[in-house]
Amino acid sequence: MSVASVNELRAVPDESPKEVRHKSYLEEGYSIWSWLFTVDHKRIGVLYLVTVFGFFLVGGIAAGLIRLNLLSPSGAILDNDTYNKVFTAHGVVMLFFFLIPSIPGILGNFFVPIMVGAKDMAFPKLNIASWYVWMIGAAFAVWGLLIGGIDTGWTLYPPYSTRSSSASVLPGALGVFISGFSSIMTGLNIIVTIHKMRAPGMTFGRLPLFIWAMYATSLIQLLGTPVVAMAVLLMIIERATGLGIFDPTMGGDPVLFQHLFWFYSHPAVYIMILPGMGVINEVITCFSRKNIFGYKAVAWSSVGIAVVGFLVWAHHMFVAGISYYAALLFSFLSMLVAVPSAIKMFNWTATLYRGKITFEAPMIFALGFMVLFTVGGLTGLYLATLGTDIHLHDTYFVVAHFHFVMVGGMVVGLLAGIHFYWPKMFGVMYSDFWSRFAAVLIIVGYALTFAPQFYLGLHGMPRRYPNYPPEMRVFNVASTAGYFVQGVGFIMVATYLILSLINGKRAGRNPWKATGIEWATESPPVLHNFEKTPVVVCGPYEYPLNVMQTGEKADVR
Amino acid sequence: MSASHGGVLKHHFEDIEQQRSSERIGMWMFLASEVLFFGCVFFAYTYYRYLFPHEFAIASSKLNVAIAFINTLVLLTSSLTITLAIRACQLGQRKALIATLGATVLLGFVFTGFKAYEYAEDWHEQLVPGTRFNEEQFRDVKSPIDPTKEIHVDRIKLFFSFYYAMTGIHMLHLLIGVGVVFYLFARAVYGNLTPERYVAVETTSLYWHLVDVIWLFVMPLLYMAGPHTSLHF
Repeated sequence: MSVASVNELRAVPDESPKEVRHKSYLEEGYSIWSWLFTVDHKRIGVLYLVTVFGFFLVGGIAAGLIRLNLLSPSGAILDNDTYNKVFTAHGVVMLFFFLIPSIPGILGNFFVPIMVGAKDMAFPKLNIASWYVWMIGAAFAVWGLLIGGIDTGWTLYPPYSTRSSSASVLPGALGVFISGFSSIMTGLNIIVTIHKMRAPGMTFGRLPLFIWAMYATSLIQLLGTPVVAMAVLLMIIERATGLGIFDPTMGGDPVLFQHLFWFYSHPAVYIMILPGMGVINEVITCFSRKNIFGYKAVAWSSVGIAVVGFLVWAHHMFVAGISYYAALLFSFLSMLVAVPSAIKMFNWTATLYRGKITFEAPMIFALGFMVLFTVGGLTGLYLATLGTDIHLHDTYFVVAHFHFVMVGGMVVGLLAGIHFYWPKMFGVMYSDFWSRFAAVLIIVGYALTFAPQFYLGLHGMPRRYPNYPPEMRVFNVASTAGYFVQGVGFIMVATYLILSLINGKRAGRNPWKATGIEWATESPPVLHNFEKTPVVVCGPYEYPLNVMQTGEKADVR
Repeated sequence: MSASHGGVLKHHFEDIEQQRSSERIGMWMFLASEVLFFGCVFFAYTYYRYLFPHEFAIASSKLNVAIAFINTLVLLTSSLTITLAIRACQLGQRKALIATLGATVLLGFVFTGFKAYEYAEDWHEQLVPGTRFNEEQFRDVKSPIDPTKEIHVDRIKLFFSFYYAMTGIHMLHLLIGVGVVFYLFARAVYGNLTPERYVAVETTSLYWHLVDVIWLFVMPLLYMAGPHTSLHF
């Protein structure tokens, strides 16, 4: 045996990478530039996490000003003009800069590639571009809100927005227009990723239901957003140049803007709820240790909501002078959306049936979602019904309804997702006790904030008014109290999540003993998500078999 | 050819065909959203034309249909040249690639030039509502559809609002397309556009065709809404 071959034999064990621990995505770089110029979908998800919650704080403060003002029947702290600007700021920030990019931006970016078993999104550069475009849009909107505020309401209806309003509508509308492109980019990226980047064995029938929900959401983003972009662009052209596109004095039709606006903005409420529903699938199955009841029904109901959601927009115009026959048709179609939503709700209930339910924080949020969303969804039927809508239109009943869906649905869904995936995203666990406590507090706070508003609306208190008759004071005070209960809950969430980053205990790969493919990789994941391309052998919710999608045992941490 | 296809394969794809089909489907998805973007303004325009057919016919007659016709031919030819560019790129015929891409850019500029001339003409004829609009010229004009109808000049302005919005947004898309094709042209000149990278030409051509197709809707909607009894240059 020659010397050389002996050396070769000795060299072999040293080169074996068996014991090498790969760097997580968080350790790939520590400078600010390594974050700002990243193309890693996980880091982009974290960028969204920070900025989205920044806007949540801004919108939340505006909400607080609204609620404080309504403590007194004649308006406690704001004059009427300022009140208009504050509720517009609340609407614009919460809808365009919090709800729409929330779950797609944070959990969609972070988990869609991991959950289909890919190394990254299909278009990583487009992905970071979407964040920058969104930030540019946000900068315009914030500029508009700061230099004078927008007082049109988030709906920007002309002719008020184009002719009468003296406020800074232009930068705000431009912000909405620009941020829309970011939404299209994210949606496009997610659709292509789901179609083309799936790991071997990851068939459409084995996709986690979160992915199905994100697919449906992305379809709406892709096909709805350009319509509102054009509508807002025409409105901007009209305001900037004095041309009369929606101006009734020049032959234009303001209701046309409402049609074009709601053609996007109604499907957009499904952008705001579908991802939340997607998260609930993952959480409910995990904490009841059951397979999902009716996988195909839940998957297709997501697509069903996306499709039917495009056919209901005119129910926002029942009292705007559309024809009775159109109103009748849209009333019927609006009720049709309740069917796929109800399918999901029944399937989740059936999933819980005889499950081994444990009440960790994500599960408390998920159960809260089911209760609050059901209330929000059923009250939506009152509004879809033509006769009752004429009474309830533009009252606090509408406000309560969509807050139960948007806040009780999407925000609680987002919190469920953040709590469920926090150990995977950052590799640490948060305080068990405080998270459960905060979850209960936030859900109770929501109910306390918005349940009284149903009563107020039913008795005729119009939305967007800064004052009300004194007899309604007790309900408004209760609602404001609810706001502060929620606020305390959110401060608690922020506190223990940040503390967990500093001194939380290590989570390990699979702290929840979940079966999804995302739990088969390190926490936090490595740069390319998996050490080697995973092979998927079964569906995502094989809890009864205790088998992960990669074929490993789920309860081995 | 090396395993990484000359450095074309990006790290997060498994193989080159996965990457190519991702880029193709991504462009198709983008085009779908563009269809909805233009569909919105087409819908709004059609709605108003249905409401005010007389005023729209009068206003449309003021437009220069001859330039629109020439521009249609220019754009259709450019679609042919960019399609030939895909083939030239796949076969590695660098000279043909440079020629076809260059011709596409040139035809794009020809379109823009004619359109700019037409805008200048509109400005000269005082047809720009809000800025430079002469209402007097429509005072005694009768509707070509029904001469007894009363004519509202505001609705003629509405037509011109749509005219500038639709052709302007279309031209913006075309200029973006010219920029992208010029980038490909520069890459072809520097020899960077190898046959492995032909999908870049293919996806750009998809976008170019879409801009072309949109013009095929814009042109009849705007220019053929009324009779053109005399051609003018």
